[in-house]
Amino acid sequence: MIPAPFDYKRASSAAEAISIVSQYGDDAKFLAGGHSLLPLMKLRLAQPAVLVDIARVNDLSYIRDAGDHIAIGALTRHTELERSSLLQQHIPLLSHAASHVGDPQVRHRGTLGGSIAHADPASDLPATTLALGATYVAQGPNGTRQIAASDFYKGFLESALSADEMLTEIRVPKMDGAGWSFQKFNRRAQDWAIVGVAAWRKGSNAGVALVNMGSTPILASSVNQAIAQGASVEDAARLASSEAEPQDDMNASADYRRHLASVLVRRALEQSSR
Amino acid sequence: MGGSILGNRVLRKEDPKFLTVGGKYVDDLLDESLLAGALHVTYARSTVAHGNIRSIDTSDAASMPGIVAVFTGADLGLTPQPATFNPMVARSALAMDKVRYVGEPIVAIISETREQGEDAAEMVIVDYDILEALTDIEKALTSSIHIYESCGSNAVFDTTALGMPDNTGDAFFEGCEVVVKQRVLNQRVAPCPLEVRGAAVAWVDGRLYQWLSTQHAQGARDSIAAANGLEASQVRVITPDVGGGFGAKIGSYPEEQLLGRLSKEVGKPLRWRETRSESMMALGHGRAQVQYLTIGGTRDGHVTAYQMHVLQDCGAWFDMGAILAPFMTRPMSSGVYAIPKIECRTTSVITNTTPVVAYRGAGRPEATAAIERAMDLFAAEIGMDAAEVRRKNLIPKFDEPHTTVIGQTYDVGDYEVALDKALTAANYKDLRAEQARRRSAVDVKQLGIGVSVYVEITGGVPPMGETAKVEITDDGRAVVYTGTSPHGQGHATAWSMLTSEQTGIPMDNIELVWGDTDLVPSGGGTMGSRSLQQGGVAVFKVAGQVVDKAKAVAARLLEANEEDIVLDRDRGAFHVAGTPAVAKTWAELAVASKAEGGLKHEEMHSVSGATFPFGAHVSVVEVDTETGKVSLLKQIACDDAGKVLNPLLLDGQIHGGVAQGAAQALLEEVRYDADGNPVTSNLADYAFISAAEMPDIQVVHMETPTFVNPLGVKGIGESGTIGSTPAVQSAVVDALAHLGIRHIDMPCTPMRVWEALHGRK
Repeated sequence: MIPAPFDYKRASSAAEAISIVSQYGDDAKFLAGGHSLLPLMKLRLAQPAVLVDIARVNDLSYIRDAGDHIAIGALTRHTELERSSLLQQHIPLLSHAASHVGDPQVRHRGTLGGSIAHADPASDLPATTLALGATYVAQGPNGTRQIAASDFYKGFLESALSADEMLTEIRVPKMDGAGWSFQKFNRRAQDWAIVGVAAWRKGSNAGVALVNMGSTPILASSVNQAIAQGASVEDAARLASSEAEPQDDMNASADYRRHLASVLVRRALEQSSR
Repeated sequence: MGGSILGNRVLRKEDPKFLTVGGKYVDDLLDESLLAGALHVTYARSTVAHGNIRSIDTSDAASMPGIVAVFTGADLGLTPQPATFNPMVARSALAMDKVRYVGEPIVAIISETREQGEDAAEMVIVDYDILEALTDIEKALTSSIHIYESCGSNAVFDTTALGMPDNTGDAFFEGCEVVVKQRVLNQRVAPCPLEVRGAAVAWVDGRLYQWLSTQHAQGARDSIAAANGLEASQVRVITPDVGGGFGAKIGSYPEEQLLGRLSKEVGKPLRWRETRSESMMALGHGRAQVQYLTIGGTRDGHVTAYQMHVLQDCGAWFDMGAILAPFMTRPMSSGVYAIPKIECRTTSVITNTTPVVAYRGAGRPEATAAIERAMDLFAAEIGMDAAEVRRKNLIPKFDEPHTTVIGQTYDVGDYEVALDKALTAANYKDLRAEQARRRSAVDVKQLGIGVSVYVEITGGVPPMGETAKVEITDDGRAVVYTGTSPHGQGHATAWSMLTSEQTGIPMDNIELVWGDTDLVPSGGGTMGSRSLQQGGVAVFKVAGQVVDKAKAVAARLLEANEEDIVLDRDRGAFHVAGTPAVAKTWAELAVASKAEGGLKHEEMHSVSGATFPFGAHVSVVEVDTETGKVSLLKQIACDDAGKVLNPLLLDGQIHGGVAQGAAQALLEEVRYDADGNPVTSNLADYAFISAAEMPDIQVVHMETPTFVNPLGVKGIGESGTIGSTPAVQSAVVDALAHLGIRHIDMPCTPMRVWEALHGRK
């Protein structure tokens, strides 16, 4: 429960953070809210040689109206997403999903960028932004690039970010009045989801993504296509696990997860279709 | 003014400290001068569940920064020490030849900082011949691999070996119209006190001082003295604030017993505090029984025979857990029911898991869970309402001792009233009507109603009595010394109420001293819900005797007869009856009695026996039949603990008890993988209940005084846990009863519920 020794550096700007990380390569990790990384370090499952603390990079904490989308700074805390009237108005699914992350203490520390960069398939916000068709902005030594959420998640805790790149902004399209639902199935309120579903629907357009149904957040493309082709909610929900590769763990077998996914997707689509 | 403070909802006087500056726990003793310059102890632990140790290499660890010394068992010349109740089971405080569970300490590391110790522990290299890990009790029972070879079996304690009769099988149920059998798991749980184990030691003028997070300082003093080859008088145990124990901090552990020796080796005071992950592996666990139940009776609902064989998982050591099944579960097997024939055999089995110790209820919840489950199965088989079948079989009201067929004598009981109170408070008929509505509507969310009626033993473990001392200071305050040991219960408030009632000294002027064996050399600690009926009664009596002594002094000063002196409790002053204007205060009397040794009294109060609190719980759950998710909507708890000293403290014990009881029914289970590695060794994986999962708790008061002690009080510390667990489990099964489901093992997790539903299809 005590991390292995590490060096600590604090950056005051994204550029400075990237320049520090560039010196250390894979041995360095960004520290934002710390609620994903520090538990792994305490269990000594992660032993980075250097932590680059970016929590004081204040200009990366914002929620701005950018016309067709909302631009969210990577260091925006979950609590701020939860309470943002801009998000509640334009992207209520994200605001609501943020209110289900961990407990209030976690939500006051954890950041949207940190959660996405950590790429944990069991986290709520990677799948939610995936369902919403978000674009992530990454900054590296050679400038910035945009990565579609659907291209971002590469494997368990693996993303398209290179070691010297930092996630700086999350751009989420406005929902434009679409119906939505967030279904989080867990043992205790503060737990990770055993299975979670983030969904929105507007007429024949739908976006459904799954939490903890594989090694990455899963876009339920078959469900989305079925809805586009006019399938009923029940029929579409049966396709919930088509893209998923769920694992057995202490809380749920893969079979049970598939069953939960179909029930929760059906409920999410029903709620989104009202 | 003038009324009794007893029975009132008095706020906890200890809370302002805990809620503001916080408690001072063993790890907070930074300004203790005797611990100046203390080094830190870290134990390197087994990462293997079962294996022979080929070699231990500590050289890399010893060369790490800040490492002062590293000790193996061989370095310290440790030898295997036999277990108290079975000398064939023996181990050394640090594993030397063999490891028997993941987390068993092997090497002690002394470092300048705690962090250095943890780094060095990673560098200890232990080479093992790995043996098959026996974490499953049924497999361990039949395995030819014996975890303690000298025992010749993994079954190390059996009621048949104690001369108690064996079970007679199906023949026992001849003549029964209905017989139901069920294997029931009462799963292994972790006590999870918020404060993990911790200790600090210093040698002071040849005596060992040990600060310890414990429920029983005097017991720890004796076991620490024995482990260090010292006389009890050479050890002083001091208990700072303790952040919970739940039974797991009754005994002292090898990691704690070794500290004195280690301190002597390095010539420095030492501190030790385990991490949460260590605590989940090496602080004792609770429950861990497999029960084979058979119940038989008539079609009209009379139970005529009940048979149980309990396998008690001891874990990898013969600790207190091993004796709970024979001495706590078996005697309570009849529960609240008048069952004419009972057989109960218990077999305690060693496994490659964390040792099992006492945990909130300690053997009695397991007995209640078994008979309550059996009652439900019997009711389901004959198609009778679960409350009705219980009512038919309850022992009728008794106010003189009643002995069940298994041989246990209960003090007083009025079980049907408890059941009625709980059912009434729950609106049982309305609940059943709502359940019927949902069933006929085939609602996704079905309603389940669980009922349990229980009786348990409190104050049933030795010593059957407690010491108290009350001393009046020169400024008229009272100092109360008790051999009980608060760790959350509210002793300071309760003992102050009892003292204030007798003396008239205000609550705020009463100070409680406990847990320091130099100040309180004799005491039984706090466990088994014994405190009030033994320690509290002792304080009450002794405070009364101090009043008598004070009257004698007042009589002398006021030149009156002793029997004419009265204590005006409102003023805290003594005067001659009829002349209140001339009075002597407690302070004046204390000063006046200095020559004769001051105003104080100390006495051991013995009790004639245990008490048997009882009650009834009703649980209301909603089960999502598509996902298996259970929501505990409401818990109605009627817990009769005799006369109530302070309803606030009573409610608190019930709330906490229901939390842990519901957690066992729905959430918590310690689990191991196939190799014997714990997979629930932190509070993210181990589903410790949180406020968000707590039901609405409705406490229904009922007071049936006992004759066993002059206050008429019984214990309440464990009742909530004992009553709630079977009611919650029963409610889950009840929600699905119309679908043909009769039993789901605890914890009733969503997957288990879904599997029960799925398996049915």
